[in-house]
Amino acid sequence: MSELTLSELSVRGHRGPRLMPLDVPARGVDRLLPADRVRKDRAALPEISEPVAMRHFVNLSTLNHHIDKAIYPLGSCTMKYNPKLNDEMARIPGFAAIHPLQPDDLAQGALAVVAELHEWLRVVMGMPGVTTQPAAGAQCELTAVLMARAYHRDHGDPREEVIVPDSAHGTNPSTVHQVGYRVVQIPSGPDGCVDLDALKRAISPKTAAMMLTNPNTLGIFERQVGTIAKLIHDAGALLYLDGANLNAMMGLASPGAMGFDFAHINLHKTFSTPHGGGGPGGGVLCVREDLEPYLPLPVVEQDGDRYRWIYDRPKSIGRVHSYYGNFGILVRALCYMRSLGASGIAEASREAILNANYLKARLKDAYAPSHDGPCTHEFVLSASRQKARGVKALDIAKRLLDFGMHAPTIYFPLIVEEALMIEPTETETKASLDAFADAMLQIDRESTEDPDRVRQAPTKTPVRRLDEGRAARKLILSWQDLEAEGAGI
Amino acid sequence: MLERIGVPRDEDLWASIPAEFRVQGPLPLPAPLAEYEIARRFEQWGERNADAGRYTCFLGGGIYDHFIPAALRSIVSRSEYATAYTPYQPEVAQGTLQVIFEYQSMIRELTGMEVANASLYDGATAAVEAAHFAAGATGRKRMLCSAGVHPHTREVLRTYASAGGFHLEEIALENGRTPVGPIAKAGTELAAVIWSQPNFEGVVEDGAALTKAAHDIGAYSLAGADPVALAVLRPPGHDGADVVFGEGQPLGVPMTYGGPLVGFFAIRKAQVRRLPGRLAGVTVDLDGKRGYVLTLQTREQHIRRERATSNICTNQGLMALANTVYLALLGAEGLKDVATQCLERAHYLADRVREIPGITLAHGDAPFFREFVIRLPAPAESFTRWAVDRKILAGIPLAKFDRSRPNDLLVAVTEKRSKEDLDRYVEALASWAKSHAKSPKEEAACPS
Repeated sequence: MSELTLSELSVRGHRGPRLMPLDVPARGVDRLLPADRVRKDRAALPEISEPVAMRHFVNLSTLNHHIDKAIYPLGSCTMKYNPKLNDEMARIPGFAAIHPLQPDDLAQGALAVVAELHEWLRVVMGMPGVTTQPAAGAQCELTAVLMARAYHRDHGDPREEVIVPDSAHGTNPSTVHQVGYRVVQIPSGPDGCVDLDALKRAISPKTAAMMLTNPNTLGIFERQVGTIAKLIHDAGALLYLDGANLNAMMGLASPGAMGFDFAHINLHKTFSTPHGGGGPGGGVLCVREDLEPYLPLPVVEQDGDRYRWIYDRPKSIGRVHSYYGNFGILVRALCYMRSLGASGIAEASREAILNANYLKARLKDAYAPSHDGPCTHEFVLSASRQKARGVKALDIAKRLLDFGMHAPTIYFPLIVEEALMIEPTETETKASLDAFADAMLQIDRESTEDPDRVRQAPTKTPVRRLDEGRAARKLILSWQDLEAEGAGI
Repeated sequence: MLERIGVPRDEDLWASIPAEFRVQGPLPLPAPLAEYEIARRFEQWGERNADAGRYTCFLGGGIYDHFIPAALRSIVSRSEYATAYTPYQPEVAQGTLQVIFEYQSMIRELTGMEVANASLYDGATAAVEAAHFAAGATGRKRMLCSAGVHPHTREVLRTYASAGGFHLEEIALENGRTPVGPIAKAGTELAAVIWSQPNFEGVVEDGAALTKAAHDIGAYSLAGADPVALAVLRPPGHDGADVVFGEGQPLGVPMTYGGPLVGFFAIRKAQVRRLPGRLAGVTVDLDGKRGYVLTLQTREQHIRRERATSNICTNQGLMALANTVYLALLGAEGLKDVATQCLERAHYLADRVREIPGITLAHGDAPFFREFVIRLPAPAESFTRWAVDRKILAGIPLAKFDRSRPNDLLVAVTEKRSKEDLDRYVEALASWAKSHAKSPKEEAACPS
């Protein structure tokens, strides 16, 4: 039996916590509002008691895989353990119960958190300009491309195109399009890195920027990044680092030294803020010095021991968030960085690389790696051999769920057939990596000995494989739709 | 592990990073701190902020100090929700997926629309998505945006509009309300009208008239809405609005200095293929058991890349969970209670305040919900500073957004403000007004 919906649990007249009684004279909605602006129907929200609600949400929660349960090796997502202190700090009333429009004088602690986080991020990235206003990585991309457009316009020509490698995350081309630029996609070379000849052919006076993920989505460091930066800069264009893979180089390598003009960071990946079932994330955009005037407003400024928000920057692209970005996430990220300190930040990346290479070494004979040699913090395997036996990457992913583990990212990057993109992170122990490797090797054996077992998987999860085609053909997107369907589902 | 990998030292694993890009030596940052050292630092920072526990908060403008049930905090802090990611493997993410489905159902109900998505970053970016949606659906770019839309939302709209996807023109408020005249005169090439219910200055708009005016010239009606207000105000969906969007913070999300927030977004079912963001739907598993999946993913960036309906990659999962738990705990009656108490308490305060000599309501008898603008005899910031000494955060001086209105103050009243809080506000304001009733010249001559 599935967990019922709130609507199905609803009993007329039941309710949860109550308010204090109204202690001012009641005048009535009908006297305070014009009749034609009052809601006529009663909003059909559920009516349930607190204990019933608690059981409902707790029961539902047990159906989820999560990082506090077991390994979550989604490539490019950096599912590392989230230390609990960080959440506790974000819940301090002095952070959780403050209003964004209270005067700066009454929010000095909050401003100090933002300023100190920015200082740490400048050091890690080797870049002088920082904003933490974007709500997530995709919004950082958008902010940067808008800034690039403003920058080029100031230099006489907004330009028309942005170069994106074919191994890029889908948000890159989508962002470029949304900002009104044309996407110029370039193929990766046989080594999985940017093909310099293809890049040279793509660069023109129309090029506004290039977006590059480094290490790239195959988990390979783009050795030619210095040359790429020079080619891009010689054309008067700007180089953007999609920092989804920053966990491979914190404290080891400096994006500023590589020649990036923009770099984004996903705080929910590299700096360990909880992913929340898909948000809130936290976006950081770092920029080189002459791009700072274009950063979104407001920006934080320190004046002696006082901090304030600055709004007068005429070249700024403007605001991209209702207030100052995901402040609660910034608190968590700074807390994490403070607990690691200088040594721990570099150590985290070193161990992430070590763990990925160990896992790759254990799996590379059974599953074809996209590339030989060491990887960074993640690597891509192809299930092409298993596919020849009738077992696809999707089947392998589903079978892993039966072992109580999460699956890797599958079918990405698009340039690898039957891709399994694996990122263990530094917070997995050797025992946990071995258990994952053992499961993967067992599934490989099953692909020969008992392929049906893999194709039928999962069988031990709360539900078995779900019919996604049916969901898209017969759209049931709310209780109201479900009721209209009758008892059939 | 190194032996298994086949390298002698772990440095050999990042030999592919050219030396010129390497960080030489340790980062110039401090050493690690223990948990209790960090806690001490952060608690000290927290004490330097005026929180709504120690100060009585009358600040609003889209972010409100509403009651948040303890049970909600307990659910939202569970690892099972907080440390999961986007439900890429639905068989082990049914909790997250069913919550999204329930969230979509309740937003649909509140807004009076037909489909809601799984949520967006915040109210401002939800407005941007509404603008893109309307531009895509109508093939036009010109939009009228009411000055009653939150000034920050208008700023964010302008930022995104600079990319050329849509153009904005502003409609000035008349007596605190959005007039329909400029819409009627806008011509036929208009994509949409963007407005807010209630508007930024707290006034309840004539939503039916605004939507009708937009539809009369073939434009979309994009309605921002306060989700708490929708328990007592006629939802824009009931008047035929094409998009209802807004900020979900009032539904159980702590203020947290303005983020993380959560945007909601609801439309008509016929246009679901244009919907931005994630969407959960019901299906069955191999055994015929009910289950939930993300659906219509071909709209999204990871499949469609540059042809996606939006570049957004996630929803705002944990905040949407907070909204869902809040609405479940409060329920139909509870939410109506919250809304009614906001309305009653705000009117009590407004009526008391306007009795003070020299103080008026900027928009007279225009209907309002939980927020209103008071006009003071001297700069509003002088009163807010005075009130801070009495542990009251008295409101948002509108000079922050419009320098021509130095004496206007936006005051918000939630269900948490007791009669005692409200009376204390009135006393503070009355005593301030008394000492500031003189002309500025006299004031300078005899400092109190």
